[in-house]
Amino acid sequence: MKSIESVNDFVIKFANVNGTGSASANNLFAKALFRMGLPVSPKNIFPSNIQGLPTWYEVRVSEKGYLGRRGGVDIALSVNPQSMAADIQEVEPGGYFIYDNTKPLDLRLVRDDVNIIGLPLTRICNEEYKDPRQRQLFKNVIYVGALAALLDMDFKVLTDLVADQFKGKEKLILPNIHALELGHQYARANLDCPIGIRVQAADEVGDQILLDGNTALGLGAIYGGATVAAWYPITPSTSVVDAYEKYVKRMRIDPGTGQRNYAIVQAEDELAAMGMVIGASWNGARAFTATSGPGVSLMSEFLGLAYFAEIPTVLFNVQRTGPSTGMPTRTQQGDILSCAYASHGDTKHVLLFPSTPRECFDMGAMSFDLAERLQTPIILMTDLDLGMNDNMSPPLEWDDSRKYDRGKVMTAEQLEAGVEFGRYLDVDDDGICYRTLPGTHPHRGAFFTRGTSRDEYAVYTEKGEAYERNMLRLMKKWETMKEHVPAPETIPARQETDMAVLYFGTSEQASLEALDRLADEGIHLNAMRVRAFPFNDEVEDFLHAHERVFVIEQNRDAQLRTLLMAEFELGPDKLKSVLCFDGTPISARNIRKQIRLHMPELDEEPQEVARAAGATGE
Amino acid sequence: MSYQLPKFRHPELPKNDLGYTKADYEGAISTLCAGCGHDSISGAIVKACHELSIEPHKIAKLSGIGCSSKTPTYYLGKSHGFNSVHGRMPSVVTGAAMANRELLYLGVSGDGDTASIGMGQFAHVARRNLNMVYIVMNNGCYGLTKGQDSATADEGSMSKKGEPNPFSAIDLCATALQFGATFVARSFSGDKTQLVPLIKAAIAHRGFALIDVVSPCVTFNNNKGSTKSYEFVREHAEATGAVDFVPMRKEITTDYKPGYSHEVTLHDGSSIHLYKLEQDLDPFDRTSALLAMERHRAAGDILTGLIYMDKASRDLHEQLETSRRPLSQLTEEDLCPGNQMLKNINASLR
Ligand SMILES: Cc1ncc(C[n+]2csc(CCOP(=O)(O)OP(=O)(O)O)c2C)c(N)n1
Ligand code: SF4
Ligand SMILES: [Mg+2]
Repeated sequence: MKSIESVNDFVIKFANVNGTGSASANNLFAKALFRMGLPVSPKNIFPSNIQGLPTWYEVRVSEKGYLGRRGGVDIALSVNPQSMAADIQEVEPGGYFIYDNTKPLDLRLVRDDVNIIGLPLTRICNEEYKDPRQRQLFKNVIYVGALAALLDMDFKVLTDLVADQFKGKEKLILPNIHALELGHQYARANLDCPIGIRVQAADEVGDQILLDGNTALGLGAIYGGATVAAWYPITPSTSVVDAYEKYVKRMRIDPGTGQRNYAIVQAEDELAAMGMVIGASWNGARAFTATSGPGVSLMSEFLGLAYFAEIPTVLFNVQRTGPSTGMPTRTQQGDILSCAYASHGDTKHVLLFPSTPRECFDMGAMSFDLAERLQTPIILMTDLDLGMNDNMSPPLEWDDSRKYDRGKVMTAEQLEAGVEFGRYLDVDDDGICYRTLPGTHPHRGAFFTRGTSRDEYAVYTEKGEAYERNMLRLMKKWETMKEHVPAPETIPARQETDMAVLYFGTSEQASLEALDRLADEGIHLNAMRVRAFPFNDEVEDFLHAHERVFVIEQNRDAQLRTLLMAEFELGPDKLKSVLCFDGTPISARNIRKQIRLHMPELDEEPQEVARAAGATGE
Repeated sequence: MSYQLPKFRHPELPKNDLGYTKADYEGAISTLCAGCGHDSISGAIVKACHELSIEPHKIAKLSGIGCSSKTPTYYLGKSHGFNSVHGRMPSVVTGAAMANRELLYLGVSGDGDTASIGMGQFAHVARRNLNMVYIVMNNGCYGLTKGQDSATADEGSMSKKGEPNPFSAIDLCATALQFGATFVARSFSGDKTQLVPLIKAAIAHRGFALIDVVSPCVTFNNNKGSTKSYEFVREHAEATGAVDFVPMRKEITTDYKPGYSHEVTLHDGSSIHLYKLEQDLDPFDRTSALLAMERHRAAGDILTGLIYMDKASRDLHEQLETSRRPLSQLTEEDLCPGNQMLKNINASLR
C-alpha cells in the first residue's frame, strides 16, 4: 500500500457523538494549526439534536491557502462506534483511520488500503479519571494531544492556546494540558510518529483572523448603528443575535447610569420580529432581525409592506437546507428566489452575498446605510457554512471618520422653511423620495403610512393611474439601487477564454481551487463573484462577453441562474449549472467534476477526476 | 359617511393649554357607514387628546386592517400614522416604541384583527407591558369583509343572516388580564361620558392599557338577537363605576364620598378618581377583577368601566433599561465603538 505523504496539505475528519464537548477540542486543534501559520478551514457538520447523535468536524489544512472543501478525507479520527463503518469508507486510499481501540475494530470494517491506527482513548480515560463527565470531556483533548505527536505539531502551540482560551478560568488550564500530554505521550511511546502526513510551521496567514460569520454580522450590526434587534431563535441564525448581545453589553451600556443604547426583543415569532423591525425603522432607529428560511417565509407579508410603503428594513438570512425544516443544521444557498421576490404582488428586494466574515461585517454594517438610503428591505444572504464555522478572514476594520448615511429624511428645519413634502414625491428623479420621522414638526410633514394605494402625498386613492405611477417609480428606484449595491469581483483566467464561471457567497473558495485545478489541466475560465442583487451592469456585460458561463451554487433548482435568466432575458444554453445540495458545503473536486461533465469535447477524464467522483463528501 | 365636518368653524372654539382647538386633533372625513360605532370612538379619541393638551405630533397612531383599523385616518391628522397589516399592529408598535420612547403610542384594532389573526401578538404585547394605549373597536364581526362572525361574538348571538354563533366568545379584557396587561377597561362607543376619561387614564398609565370598546356595526351586526347591537348593549351594560381623570396639577373640584372613591396618582403626577358602583370589585386586584368579569358574564351583562389597573406597572423600557434618550436620536458617536475596539477583537481571534 502506498500511504499518503504530504506536508501542510490534508483533510482530517473527526467523527464524534454530539453533546460530548468534542467541537471545542476539534476547534482547539484547528486553531493550533492556524497559530502555526497554516491556512485552515474547519467545518462543523452537526445534527439537529442536543445529545447522542453522530457529529463530524472536518478540517482542511492548505499551505497554498485553499479554504473551501476539497472533497475526500485523508485522516479520519473516529471515536463514535455508530458512524465508524461509514467513516472508514470515506478515507482516501493510502489515508489514515484513527480509532478508539479500547474495543477491537470489527474485522468486517478493516480496509487493507488504509493505515489503521488504534488509540485506547476510553481505557486511558477510565484509568485517569473517576468522574464520567471528565472521562467524556478529556477523551477529546487526549486525542488532540495524540494528533500533535502523529502530525509532528508544535506541542507548545497547543499548551499556549489552552492557556489563552481558559484565561479567567485558570483552574481549567492544567487539567487540559495534562490531558493533552496524556495523548501526546501515549502516541510517542506506542505509535509510529509522525505518520506520512505532517505539519510544519509556516507563515501563510498574515494578519488574518479566525471568526464565524455570524459573530462578524453581529458586530457589523453594532458598528452599523443598529439599536433595535428583534428576533426569534432559529438555527443557524441564533448566534447573530447572541453575538450582538454579547458585544453590546460590553460596548453600549453607559457605565455611569447603566442605561442601554440598544433594545433586544425576543419576539413571539418571526412575523412579529419583522413587524418590530419595520416599526422601529419607520420611527427612525436602525433595526434588524436575523433568521433562516422558515422565518423568511413567515415574514413574507411584512416584506411586501416594507417594499411598498418604502420602509428601511434589514434582514439577515442565514440559510439552511430547506424546504421547511429540511436539514436544519446543514448548509444551503436555497432562498435566493424566495428572498429576491419575497411577498405577494410585484416585489423585488436587494440581496447581499458576503463570502467571508470580513464581508459579513462590512456588508452587515452597510445594510443599514443601504436600507435608509434606498428605503426598502435589504436581505443579507449568508448561510450556515459561513455563519457557524470559523472562517479565516482578513481582520475587521472600521474607518473612524465614517458617517452613517441616513438617507433622505426631511428635517424640522426644512419643513419649517416650507420645503415641499410629499412622501412619495420623486423630487430628485432617482425614484427615492423624502420621508419624515414621527414627532418631527408640530404641523408639517405628518403622513399616513399604508400598504394600500396612495398618491404622491400619501393620500389614499384607488385610482389605477396613481398605483401604476407609483409602481413605475419603484422600478426607477430599482435602477438607482444598482449604483449603490456592492459591485461584483472579477478574476481573469490565466489565458484568454470565452468560458467563465459565476458564483457567490460560500462557493467562492472551492470555486477558486477548482479553477486552479482546471487551469492546470488546460481549461481556462474567467470568474465573477456576484455580491448583490439587483445585478449591476457589469454582471450583464460579463455574461454577454462569454460563450458559456457555469453558474455555481448550492441548491437544487439553480436559483441564481434562474434569477440571471429572468433579469437579463437570457436563454438556458448560455448558463450551465454546477450544483451541490446535499447539505454539506460544495467542494472543489465536485465543481471541477461537474464543469468537466459539461464539456463533452473532453472525452478522457483524468485519473483523478474519476477518483474524486467516487469519493463521498462532495 | 357618518359625520360631516362643518365647513364653518367658530373663531372662538375652545382652546386647550397648548392653544389648539379640537379641530387640530381631527382627521379626514370618515368614509365608514353612517352610524358605525367606530366613528364615535374616533370622536372620543379626539376629545381626550385635545382635553389632555397632548401635542398632536407627539402621538403615533397605528392600526392593523379592518374598518376599525381605517379610523386613524379620521383623527389626529397632524400625527404620523401607520395602517400596517392584518393582526400585526402590536409588533409594529413595539418596534416603534423601542425606537422612540417619547411619543404616545395609540394602537387601534378590531375584534377580528385582535382576537383572531392577531391574538398571538396581542398576547405578547400585553405580556411585555409595552407602554401604549390599545383600543379594540369590538363589533363582534368582520366589518370590512362583510360581516362574518368574529371570535368575540357571544355564543348564541344572532348574525344578520339569522344564524346563532355556536362558539364561545373570547373576552378580550379577561384574556388581556391573564396575559399581563396592567390596565384593562371596557366601554361602549355610545357612552362618551365613560369612554373619554377612560382613554385619558389609559394614556396617562405607563404600561399596556387595553380598552375594549363595544362598537356596533350598523351594517352587519346591529340586528335583533345580536349581543353587539346598540339596543342590546344599552340594555345590558353595567358600569363598574365612573372614572374621572384629573390631569397633573389641576385642582380637584368635585367632592368624593369617602369609602366610595379611590384616588390613584399616576407616574406623571395626574390622577384618576374612581367612583365605585360595583361594590365587589377591587380594580387594583387581579383576582377580584377576574371574578367580577366572570360574574357579569354568567349574568349575561356587560361589565364596563375600569376593571383593572396595576399601580406598580413597569413598562418594557424600564424592564430593558433602555436609554432615556430615544434610541432613534443616537448618532455614530453614541453607537459606534470605533476601530481600536475592533483591533482588540481581532487580536483575540488569532
Ligand atoms: C392576511 C390577511 N387576511 C385577510 C384579510 C382580509 N380582511 C380584511 S379586514 C378583515 C377583518 C376585519 O375585522 P375586524 O378586525 O373585526 O375589523 P372591523 O372591520 O370589524 O372593524 C379581514 C379578514 C387581510 N387584509 N389580510
Ligand atoms: S361595515 Fe360595519 S364596521 Fe364597517 S364601517 Fe360599516 S358599520 Fe362600521
Ligand atoms: Mg370587527
